[in-house]
Parts: sequence; C-alpha cells; structure tokens
Amino acid sequence: MALLEVQGVSKAFGGLIALDDCSLSVEEGEVAGLIGPNGSGKTTLFNVITGYVRPDRGSVRLRGADITGASPARVFGLGLGRTFQQARIFDRLSVLENMLVATQRQEGWLRSVVKGQSSPKERARAGELLQFVGLERLARLPAGNLSFGQRKLLELAYVLVADPQIILLDEPAGGVNPTLINLIAARIRTLNDAGAGKTFLVVEHNMEFVMGLCDTVTVMHQGAAIVSGSPDMVREDPRVLDAYLGGSDDELFEPEPEPEGGAETRLGAVDGRSRT
Amino acid sequence: MNGGLLGGSAALTGTAPSGATPEGPGQPARGVPWAKVCTWLAMALVVLAFPVVFPTPAVTSIAFFSVIFMAAATAWNTFSGYSGYISIGHAVFFGSGAYTLALLAVHLNLAGGMGIFWLVPVAGAVAMAIAVPFGLVALRTRRHTFVVMTIAAFFVFQLLAYNLSSFTQGSAGVSLPTPPWTATGFNQRFYYVAVAVLVVALGLSVAVRRSRFGLQLLAIRDDEDRAAGLGVKTTRVKLTAFVLSAFSVGMAGAVWAYFLGEIHPQFAFTALFDLSVAIMCFLGGFGTITGPLLGAALLESLQQYFTIQYSADNLYLIAYGVLFLAVIALLPRGVIPTVSGAYRDWQDRRLQRRVETVARSAGATGPPGVPVLERAASSARAQER
Ligand SMILES: Nc1ncnc2c1ncn2[C@@H]1O[C@H](COP(=O)(O)OP(=O)(O)OP(=O)(O)O)[C@@H](O)[C@H]1O
Ligand SMILES: [Mg+2]
Repeated sequence: MALLEVQGVSKAFGGLIALDDCSLSVEEGEVAGLIGPNGSGKTTLFNVITGYVRPDRGSVRLRGADITGASPARVFGLGLGRTFQQARIFDRLSVLENMLVATQRQEGWLRSVVKGQSSPKERARAGELLQFVGLERLARLPAGNLSFGQRKLLELAYVLVADPQIILLDEPAGGVNPTLINLIAARIRTLNDAGAGKTFLVVEHNMEFVMGLCDTVTVMHQGAAIVSGSPDMVREDPRVLDAYLGGSDDELFEPEPEPEGGAETRLGAVDGRSRT
Repeated sequence: MNGGLLGGSAALTGTAPSGATPEGPGQPARGVPWAKVCTWLAMALVVLAFPVVFPTPAVTSIAFFSVIFMAAATAWNTFSGYSGYISIGHAVFFGSGAYTLALLAVHLNLAGGMGIFWLVPVAGAVAMAIAVPFGLVALRTRRHTFVVMTIAAFFVFQLLAYNLSSFTQGSAGVSLPTPPWTATGFNQRFYYVAVAVLVVALGLSVAVRRSRFGLQLLAIRDDEDRAAGLGVKTTRVKLTAFVLSAFSVGMAGAVWAYFLGEIHPQFAFTALFDLSVAIMCFLGGFGTITGPLLGAALLESLQQYFTIQYSADNLYLIAYGVLFLAVIALLPRGVIPTVSGAYRDWQDRRLQRRVETVARSAGATGPPGVPVLERAASSARAQER
C-alpha cells in the first residue's frame, strides 16, 4: 500500500480544466519528484491533497484512509505537511513566533487561554528546527524581513514542528540562491535518511535539483500525470519531451550555468525559448 | 555563540514585536527590563496622582472621560487590533453595559453611592453574554462582511433600546440615582473606578497578547487560512478575544452611564463610539498595547476640552473625519509603532544588510556542509574583531 495515493482526481475552475483524471502514488520513505510545464496542475494537485481545494472527482488516500475533501487542518493533523509556492508565513510575527504557532495545534480551549505562549520544551524544539534550517540567529526578527529563500526555509521548519510523515514541497528551490538550494537539498536528504525516514513529494522546475534528489519522478501535463518512474527512465521518455513542447533532450536536462538566478534551470525558460 | 553578530547589536534582541516573545534559543537571557518597568511605574503614578494634583471638577471630568476611553480603546484593540477584524459593533457592548447598570440600579431601587459600582462587573458579564451569540454569527464571515455584520448588530440593539420601552423606557431614557457627593469628590471617585476598569482592560490585553491563543490571534491577522491549515481553531480563537473585549467595554459603558446620570438610546448605542475608538487605536498604534492608551488620552481629552471650551458639541465630528484621513495617509501604523519602529528599523536594516553581504561572501568561499548562516555569523564575528 502506498503512503499517499491519488486516484482519478479531476478539478475544473469554471471552464478551465486544471486536473484531468490525475493519478499518482508515493511510497513510504521515498523522495518523489513532480515536474511539468507551467500551468500543468501541480499546485492544484497539492491543493487537492492538502484540503485547500475540493476535487470534482477522484479520491486521495493517506495510508489507505480516505482524506478526500478533509479540511487542511485535519490533513495536517494526520501527518501530511506542505509548503506553498509563495511561502506563506506570518509576516508580522517573529521567526520564533511563527514556529510556535505551528506548535500549538492540539490544545484544549482553556489551556490555550490560560497558558503562556510557549513552554521551554517547545521553545527548545523550535530552536532546534530553526538551527536545522540555519535560521536560529534570526529567531527574533519579524518574519516579514526574511529573504525569499529564508521564507521557504522557515515554512519548512514550522511544518516540521508537527513532525509530519510526509511533506509536500511546492518549488522549494524556485527563486532561491544556489547556496540556499544546496542547503535545502541537504536538509531534505537528512530528513529522508535513516532515523527520520520522512517521505517527500517535491514540485520543482530546477532539473538538476530534481534529478539529483528524487528516487522517482512523475511528469504532469495538462492536468494529468503522464509518466512516472526513475529519473533516468523519465529522462528518456519521448512523451515527456512532447509535454515540454518538444525541446531536445540536451537542452532540457543538461543544466547550463546561468549568470543570474544561478543553478536554476527553469523548464519555463526552455519553453519560452522554443516558442520564439 | 552569543558574541559577535548578535552581541554587537542589541537591535536584534529588541526586535520582537512585543516584550511577550519568549527567549530564543542561543540568546542570552534578558534580565528585568528596568527601563520598561520604570516607564510603566511613572505612568501609573501620573494617572493615580492626577485628580489629587488637579482637583478642579472641570479638569477631573476631562480626565475621567479620557480614562474611560483609554479602557474602551484598549478593549477594542484586544479584539480588532490583534485579529485584524474591524468591529463597528462594540457600541453594542458599551450600550448594553450602560443599560445593564442603569436598569438594575433603577429596578432594584438602589440609592446613589458607592454600592452601585458593584454592578459594573455585572454589566461586563452581560456584555459578554451578548457577545457570544453576536460573535458566533458575525465571526462566521470574513473581514469585510464582518464589518457589515457588526454595523447591523449595532442598529438592532439601538432599535431594541428604543422599542422595548416598557423595559428600557424608550427614547425617554433612564435616570440613574445620584450619589450624594460634592463635585470634587464625585469626579475623583468616578475617576478611580474608571482607572480600575482600565487596569482590567489593560491586564486582559496584555494577557491575551502573551497567551497561546493570543499568538494564534496574531497569526490569524497575518494569514487566516494558513493558520487554519496549521490546526488553529480560528472561530474559537476569534470568539474568545471578542468576548473578552466585550467584558471591558461593557464595564466602561456602565461607569460612563453612572457618571452621566442619565442615558438615552441614541447616546448609549452610537456609531460614533466605534468610530472614535477605532481612530484612537489607529492614531496611537493599531494592534499595540500602548497605542490605544496614547490615542485615547490625546483624542478624548481634546474632544472634551473643545466641548467645554466652545460648547461646540459636533465640531469634533469634522475634526475626527479630517484626523482619520490624516492618520491613514501620514501615519498608517500609528504614532507609537512609527516612532519606536523608525529607530529599530534603521538598526535592523543595517544589521540585516551585514548578515546578507557576509552570507553571500561566506557562501561563495566557505567550507561546504556548514550551514550558510553559521558561516555568515562566524565571518561577521571575524570582521568585527
Ligand atoms: N483557484 C483557481 N482559480 C482558477 N484557476 C486556477 C486556480 N488555481 C489554479 N488555476 C489554474 O489551473 C491551472 C493549473 O494551475 P497550477 O497552479 O496547478 O499549475 P502549476 O503546475 O503549479 O504551474 P506552475 O509551474 O506555474 O506553478 C492554471 O491554468 C491556473 O491558472
Ligand atoms: Mg505551481
């Protein structure tokens, strides 16, 4: 039984079909990649899985239990954490306070009113995680002051507070400088390794990142998952190249060093070039 | 760990939005914040000594209204300022508090005197009881709709006060028993009771800001859906703050009514209440603890002064309108955050620029595998020496 199983999910926004009979499964302990051109429905699929969008058809199962249409809070409570393409953190709270918001989810009403903001244990845990993502020195800074990449790290850190078994990352490397990209990749590996053994589903346009990190890769195109397999298999598959407007193999998967924006080799850029 | 980068600038330690933030990991424990304690003590002393130093009834009357509105603004801010949900319906609680005290005093045939002040917490409790169903309905909606719901609730209550005339005596109003005190003693007693209400309102405000649910309330203000996604029970959190804030506002309304000695529906349930209180909070600093105190002290004393001096009852309406636009345009964050923030922001920016430049250079040259900010910190330390 797969840890996360999406079956035949469809979702239309008005006339626009964002997801079209999309199926996908993620096995326990793997780092699964999800790629696809802009607008192919990756974020919408994340929204469906995490309860932010209700699908028109299809089902989502976590450890075999049906969670289709469950609220985001319930999905999070069941151990499925998620970050957003545009990191959603609480700008006017400090970095540490952001962590503490995520700490307090299972609490009775009276306790939450009477008790102080956090216990030493919770602060220590928050501090550990901030250290893990390298933000511990900024703990007191308002989160709104963080850079784009730091916001993504903070969001990852506070999702980890709840100790989820599976984490969905929406473009963790998008718009992030190369040093931080390496840090993020290293952290994902650590979390996936041995002791922690967390499962990941990662949407990313940066091919170097995906191919280096993921055990399996699924390709989405026009709202459906068209190919799924090992990175090498997916790399060779002709349907994948078709999906990306028939760019040549080399152009797609050999990252060329870019002067600005660094190691980011967006397929969107390839896409744009092939159109001209 | 604590030297160099952080030790070199106290700014980062002072950056937390309020003193309520607990100690961070790896941060030196802060001692008692003496500067803060002294400021609060000095303020308390000024407030307590005021009617003794200036016993003239004309002055103490202005002081009384100012303190009542400091309490009301603080209470309003405890809900609206922290959650970002603007309420235009807190007049419901102010009016209910006023009517509770007045009607109880009249129907129980109480004689004027200190005894009636015991009804003040009762009035607060009644306001809370009203806040529960009111909040349950209004808080189902999001920000903009919520504003409309609160306005609607306010009109409903004003109409009730007019039309339940067998109970509220309708537009004739209710006359309260008059305490047998001299003008000076009268104002001084009311002033100190108002201060007691202010202390309760302020205590609640600080307690909410420091509690777990208070943190969740602030998270709701920033991104309600995200907070809900993290398991924050948003309706419950908002309702708790709404009800607590109603308690203090109800008490303020009760003391206010007893002071005036006579209440009418159009004055007890007035839309001007929420407008005034909102402007006070925006002027002083929306969502801060001291902002509403400053805003209310400034505006209410000015308004009372002009009313007495020029007996121009409605002049302040125009002044409020102009002031509101000016505040939104020039000081969108309010006086307190602007002034105290300007200095801190400047220091933060300086510090952060340094962290970033150092991080960049360290990222390019540092050994792999060491988290970038660690490296940034150590090179910043190195540079400092
Ligand atoms: N809430 C919404 N309302 C209307 N249309 C939407 C909504 N969310 C997504 N869409 C549309 O659904 C399609 C799929 O969008 P989605 O964000 O899932 O793509 P994506 O694969 O994440 O793209 P990208 O790589 O650019 O992030 C797009 O055409 C988008 O405009
Ligand atoms: Mg997307």
